[in-house]
Amino acid sequence: MDMTITEKILAAHARKEKVQPGENVWVDVDVLMTHDVCGPGTIGIFKEQFGKGAKVWDRKKVVIIPDHYIFTSDTHANRNIDILREFVAEQDLPHYYDVGTEDYKGVCHLALAQEGHNRPGEVLFGTDSHTCTSGAFGMFATGIGNTDAAFILGTGKLWVKVPESMRFEFTGEFPSYIMAKDIILQVIGDIGVDGATYRTMEWTGSAIMKFSMEERMTLCNMAIEGGGKNAVIEADDTTFEYVKRRTDRPYTVYHSDPDANYFFKKTYNAADMEPIVAKPHSPDNKALVKDCTDVKIDRSYIGSCTGGKLTDFLAAAKLLNGKKVAVDTFIVPATVEVEKDLQQEKLDGKSLMDIFKNSGCHIGDASCAACLGGPQDTFGRTHGTEVVVSTTNRNFPGRMGSKQSEVYLASPYTVAASALTGHITDPREFFQ
Amino acid sequence: MKHIIEGKAYVLGDDIDTDQIIPAEHLVYSLSDPEEKKNYGKFALSGVPTENAGLPDGGKVFVSEGKHESEYSIIVGGKNFGCGSSREHAPACLQIAGIQAVVAESYARIFYRNSVDGGFLIPFETQSNLTNETKTGDELSIDVEKETFTNKTTGKTHTMKSLGEIIEIIRAGNIFEYARQSGLIQPSETLNSP
Ligand code: SF4
Repeated sequence: MDMTITEKILAAHARKEKVQPGENVWVDVDVLMTHDVCGPGTIGIFKEQFGKGAKVWDRKKVVIIPDHYIFTSDTHANRNIDILREFVAEQDLPHYYDVGTEDYKGVCHLALAQEGHNRPGEVLFGTDSHTCTSGAFGMFATGIGNTDAAFILGTGKLWVKVPESMRFEFTGEFPSYIMAKDIILQVIGDIGVDGATYRTMEWTGSAIMKFSMEERMTLCNMAIEGGGKNAVIEADDTTFEYVKRRTDRPYTVYHSDPDANYFFKKTYNAADMEPIVAKPHSPDNKALVKDCTDVKIDRSYIGSCTGGKLTDFLAAAKLLNGKKVAVDTFIVPATVEVEKDLQQEKLDGKSLMDIFKNSGCHIGDASCAACLGGPQDTFGRTHGTEVVVSTTNRNFPGRMGSKQSEVYLASPYTVAASALTGHITDPREFFQ
Repeated sequence: MKHIIEGKAYVLGDDIDTDQIIPAEHLVYSLSDPEEKKNYGKFALSGVPTENAGLPDGGKVFVSEGKHESEYSIIVGGKNFGCGSSREHAPACLQIAGIQAVVAESYARIFYRNSVDGGFLIPFETQSNLTNETKTGDELSIDVEKETFTNKTTGKTHTMKSLGEIIEIIRAGNIFEYARQSGLIQPSETLNSP
């Protein structure tokens, strides 16, 4: 056998011995995830195509997580939630995390992991481009549109062109001030925003395997910013440990064969990595943080599926502890679980929440918030010419609201260090 | 499927992302309600910075104030067209605004899939970047079967990259029709009752 993990997972789900990159195969779907922005459209197409009384192919395999536009007075956005509720009731779907109830979770990609829907070896499609995040669990996960999602709802299948794989290896150990965000910005800067189009980004090497599940998710999350179809990291003890705490469903573990074919291979020395930013208006507009220290900022933002997990806030709190921020700083936990952790996790006897409040940060409710701009009253949304340094994943024009604002993407360490000084700042300055 | 697509060109640059095609704040309208759906046409390409809107000069309005349909029918783009989010609203809003085809050097994967599987528009790939030799407002003609692109204003014709097996889905109309015609969906699953 000479297949990559991705090829093995797709072959198994296409009920074939072997698949080749470039081949189109129909795969059986294990999980379909949708949210409040694309769910209503998906449901609409499903009914139009399969009939008003149609039932979904498998009610236990559908996961619906409202997270994008939920704390808003926008009536259209709220109507979307009503459509989801009605569909969930009609189809009797067990995995729905309704807003305004105890079941509410927050940003779908982290919620999938925390609620045990990410399992090694499975195939997961989601109506959100950052569905590639789940590849951190050694599974095949990718984003699709409403039509494809509606097709899955009715049939449990979808066609996939088997992607070629690109292998990124990091040997040795990362310096303490380097986070997964620096690594993904480095790699996207190297390959460009279309460098992995139609392909898999496979991460490996001792430095990568030392990352926690949250850091692995950050790495896989932004594969789409390199154009990637999916990202994948082999499941190991770190994965098994995380999954065990979330679900007892059985799963299959796949490894890439030593003689598997790769479209591209690159090995980096982990110790050489430096803090990176992506300058406006593209995630591949790479620069060293230390070369951007003349950039004055108006705001810093820590949140989203990329940079709003517990690990991200622990990093930020380490730097903000006992100090005051110099610019407006927005803290948005990705999920309710992270929000709770902010109360419970302590640093020097203080909760992370208290550290953030004492340093003068604004704290929002668990959701996507201003990561994608959104309705006018969205927490942290830009409205003018703000210069923002952010832990999110996209800095396209207007992504955080205003077309005139400028967004620099960076790690939580860099964002926190910059919040303290009011200009882009290398976190190493705060690391002794 | 039309064999010949004709109309005026609207030219854009590289890396036109889905936030530029349809800004996130507009993703709330219903796509099933024929009236409300028009909003997507109205705001199509409204996120493109003015200087890049309608190259080479920029500043060309894609959909005029108060309208939901554009005077342009074909978009000519550079590389990585449609990158960013998975929102199907992106190809949908272009279709609602009257766009029948996009001709670009390369595409982001999800936009490409959505365009074809949903039957919104035909995403043609070119052998080279045509944004330098096409001006917004040029009269274009595309022969879908022959996969050729003609700029009637300049008189130049180019052969585009082959659509490959994707043409089957385009011919059928969308992924559902394709699946029905090729027997992938059983008759019991095709109760497309009105
Ligand atoms: S946090 Fe941002 S990137 Fe993540 S799912 Fe929400 S909008 Fe998308």
